[in-house]
Amino acid sequence: MQRRVTFDNRLLPYLLLAPQVAVTLVFFIWPAAQAIWQSVHLQDAFGIRSEFVWFENFTHVLSDPNYLDTLKVTVVFSVAVTVLAMGVALLLAVLADSKIKGARAYKTLLIWPYALAPAVAAVLWMFIFNPDIGSFGRALRALGYDWDYRLNGGQALAMVIMAASWKQVSYNFIFFLAGLQAIPRSVMEAASIDGAGPVRRFLTITFPLLSPTTFFLLVVDMVYAFFETFGTIHALTQGGPGKATETLIFRVYQDGVVNNDLGGSSAQSVILMVIVIALTAVQFRFVERKVHYA
Amino acid sequence: MATVEIRNVRKSYGPVEAIKGIDIAIRDGEFLVLLGPSGCGKSTLLRMVAGLEGITGGEIAIGGRVVNHLDPKDRDIAMVFQNYALYPHMTVFDNMAYGLKIRGIPKAEIRTRVDKAAEILELGRFLDRRPSQLSGGQRQRVAMGRAIVREPAAFLFDEPLSNLDAKLRTQMRVEIKRLQDRLGITSLYVTHDQVEAMTLADRILVMNHGVAEQIGTPLEVYQRPASLFVAGFIGSPPMNVLDGRIDDRGEAVLVPGGQRLALPQPRPTDAGRAVKLGIRPEHLAVAAAGFSIEIELVEALGADTVVYGRLPDGETLLVRMAGIPTVRERDRLTVAPQDGALHLFDAATGRRME
Ligand SMILES: Nc1ncnc2c1ncn2[C@@H]1O[C@H](COP(=O)(O)OP(=O)(O)O)[C@@H](O)[C@H]1O
Ligand SMILES: [Mg+2]
Repeated sequence: MQRRVTFDNRLLPYLLLAPQVAVTLVFFIWPAAQAIWQSVHLQDAFGIRSEFVWFENFTHVLSDPNYLDTLKVTVVFSVAVTVLAMGVALLLAVLADSKIKGARAYKTLLIWPYALAPAVAAVLWMFIFNPDIGSFGRALRALGYDWDYRLNGGQALAMVIMAASWKQVSYNFIFFLAGLQAIPRSVMEAASIDGAGPVRRFLTITFPLLSPTTFFLLVVDMVYAFFETFGTIHALTQGGPGKATETLIFRVYQDGVVNNDLGGSSAQSVILMVIVIALTAVQFRFVERKVHYA
Repeated sequence: MATVEIRNVRKSYGPVEAIKGIDIAIRDGEFLVLLGPSGCGKSTLLRMVAGLEGITGGEIAIGGRVVNHLDPKDRDIAMVFQNYALYPHMTVFDNMAYGLKIRGIPKAEIRTRVDKAAEILELGRFLDRRPSQLSGGQRQRVAMGRAIVREPAAFLFDEPLSNLDAKLRTQMRVEIKRLQDRLGITSLYVTHDQVEAMTLADRILVMNHGVAEQIGTPLEVYQRPASLFVAGFIGSPPMNVLDGRIDDRGEAVLVPGGQRLALPQPRPTDAGRAVKLGIRPEHLAVAAAGFSIEIELVEALGADTVVYGRLPDGETLLVRMAGIPTVRERDRLTVAPQDGALHLFDAATGRRME
């Protein structure tokens, strides 16, 4: 059944849409347009004059070997964050969904990290992992492990991956838990009578029935890893040591704000935008086919 | 095929005792119906047999083997749920084949078994569909098919028809009966619907508050209800129950209206005792002498008519007459019980007096 809502006032529908449109315009369309405009211009050091340079900024960015390194770091970082954040969240959700004592408190605790600002979360991580003052960092060193993420690129990358995943686990957890609770108990019971043990039940019943949730989170987490982890990296490692934790989004900031190369930075953000749009499109095209919507 | 024995089985949820000691031996191939009002513990008992609930006390044996500590999958039973519990992401074929695949049955045999079940249940055209593309009745049949293909020792049904509309329910009831006659598999069937119980059961176990009130064939339960609870639960419209007292000679029951109803056999030992007197509405007939009632309401059901009458002392008396109504509201009528239609129950315990 379809219901058509009709408005007496012709203006009212537009008025109701206006806030949403305004937000999109101001915070997405306008900066995106600006980025595209700047990506094909070259500005002088003082930002007074700018010159149309076709795709020079792009060729410049793409021919920089450092840029490819950043791309590699980004891929490793994004895949790791997505897999880790989803895997841990799913595990926790499965545990929370089973009958355990104190499940309520446990759920509340798991949701808290999401309410934390990325920079605050990063400071927390620093207090834990700093080799001099962090409790865990010092413990590692006391055990004879040469822990110092400020010098060791691999360690730094591992730490930002963990920190970035940790923040997203809460979000994923809520969705996975809701998805699990939407599966009727009797369906699981029927499977156990049919002879399926816990692992098989999870693989053949739970996981397929969760696939809409999983797919949704896959898209959201990829976008998160690409765009929204700037704060975490900025607060923890500033992209270092060297460029070991420099992701595409961090480099956009570095080149644009720190190195004042607005044209190159804009070209990078346009490239980043294209990558994410392409990724999302690919996911919808190929992954969604395997998704079962009940 | 197997027997199912339930020996003094109990179930507690914390301090609450849901099942208070039930004993029943279900014979090989028998169709046993667990009948009782909502919340009396039917599902709990069935789920204990299935292995979905732990057993607090007592023993359950399937095919002579105690299964108290076996997983559901090792009990060789199949279950049909009220909400069907089909696997929504699998086709009808895969729904039925799931349990067989897990048990490592060869592909060709799975095909044969599923095809056979689909033929019996008229599901052949739907094997490639998902449950969401089926009607309620078809889903119910898939759930049955999933149970049949397993060829289990026993079938367990938990209100399998409750989600269907009235017409489909009647139709599926007949199908289940036919299927069970044909397959002869021991079945335990939970329902709160007395018509389902009467039509399907070899024997009925009437449950109330976690206790077995009576175990017997449908006719035994109808003709000789063991308690007031059973008397009120079986039969529609329900049995009339009046306060009464056995006279001093033990030859008749006196009811408040001043009526004196002769007992079929004298009961001298019960002389003077307070009783509850049960008379089914269909066992009252118009007579020259007997209960004098004023008719308050006449329900014409077509094949028969239910008359709601009021006795002089204000009690309601239901009378069921064959055919279309011959009386009208506010008429006066005199009715009397047919021979052997009196049921006597102890006024204090509600148990039947033999
Ligand atoms: N998991 C449970 N925890 C606590 N009480 C329960 C649980 N399951 C059932 N009960 C109680 O046990 C009684 C019997 O329930 P049930 O077997 O579902 O009744 P029925 O199937 O006859 O309607 C009810 O009073 C119900 O509240
Ligand atoms: Mg029930």
